[in-house]
Amino acid sequence: MMLNILIDDKKIEAEEGKNLLQACLDNGIYIPNLCHVKDMAHPQASCRLCFVEIEGEKKPVPSCSVTVREGMRVKTDTPSVRRLQRSAFHLLLSRHFIECKVCPANRKCELQKIAKFLKVGLKSNYPLLLPKAVLETGKQETDESHPIFNYYPNRCVLCGLCIHVCRTTHGIALLTFAKRGIDTVISFYGEEDVSRLPGDKCLACVNICPVSAITLKSLS
Amino acid sequence: MAHEEILSEQEAIEKDIRSRVAAFEKARGNLIPILQMIQEKQAYLPPEAINTVAAHLEIPVCEVYGVATFYNQFRFHPPGRHPVKVCMGTACHVKAGDVILENFERKLEIREGQTTPDREFSIERVACVGCCALAPVALIGDTVHGHMAPSKVEGLLLRIRIEKEKAEREKVRGER
Repeated sequence: MMLNILIDDKKIEAEEGKNLLQACLDNGIYIPNLCHVKDMAHPQASCRLCFVEIEGEKKPVPSCSVTVREGMRVKTDTPSVRRLQRSAFHLLLSRHFIECKVCPANRKCELQKIAKFLKVGLKSNYPLLLPKAVLETGKQETDESHPIFNYYPNRCVLCGLCIHVCRTTHGIALLTFAKRGIDTVISFYGEEDVSRLPGDKCLACVNICPVSAITLKSLS
Repeated sequence: MAHEEILSEQEAIEKDIRSRVAAFEKARGNLIPILQMIQEKQAYLPPEAINTVAAHLEIPVCEVYGVATFYNQFRFHPPGRHPVKVCMGTACHVKAGDVILENFERKLEIREGQTTPDREFSIERVACVGCCALAPVALIGDTVHGHMAPSKVEGLLLRIRIEKEKAEREKVRGER
């Protein structure tokens, strides 16, 4: 069944059961997001970028975790929504190593796209939380433990899409979040044995990464 | 101890771990209890043990690693014979405990959470050890060293190394 909803005074139709973020994106209304992909059963709502205001609700809510309802009235560009998005974005950037010129994601990077959309620069308003060694040497860390991929923890935004796509492709995830808090990284632990890997055949995690934090070794 | 002896002892421990792991029911909920059991027996989680657990519970190795690294109680390097614990409690923090930690790291050429290749020393950061008046504090083994200063670090490590050499020399003399 199709439901009618009103977004920024624009009438759209959305299928029942869909989440609000997907409904907006399908109708050409962009809401910044990093950790969401189409048809995700349980959106993680971890990037904190897809906030919207819904009439009747006190505070802005992440649109990926809201299911569309008939007659819903939504605003995607109120001052409080933008404030939340900019704060979340700057927090993400506070642990992001910026060297766009030599970064393989340059020009197709989600962060650049979101910065442009939110009309903010890529320099964080918050103190940088990069590891000491990175700040001192001006060189980012590289995890080269995987035989095929390189992982760049200081680029990674920890959206978890690589884990999600790996799990949906192979039934189990061959990578994982490791450690916690500010030290959290993606880890390929235990998958160093090339014979057990899908190898060059599966580049799902490389292709889905919005910031090129996982790249093919042969290309870097 | 001879090299073969260490190896056979290691093998015995691994076999023991494998049989203990096998005794657990194959349920995801048992992951942390199993890891705790291994850590209790071996004082750390060696890579082989992580593989054993993953195979038993039929979950990816990286998932076991992900869970284990989330908790501070699990360690991935064997503790040294002289574990160095640097206090990072409030008082020690204010008195620049991080500088002490950095000095130990530099002198031993390992990072916090790691063990020297000869397994003599390991470094850990701990929260308050309960003698804030002596801040900054470091523990080497069970001995508390209060009012630590960067200049004291080298001397402490040297003393332990000299004592070890002395003990070895006496042992050799006793055998003669």
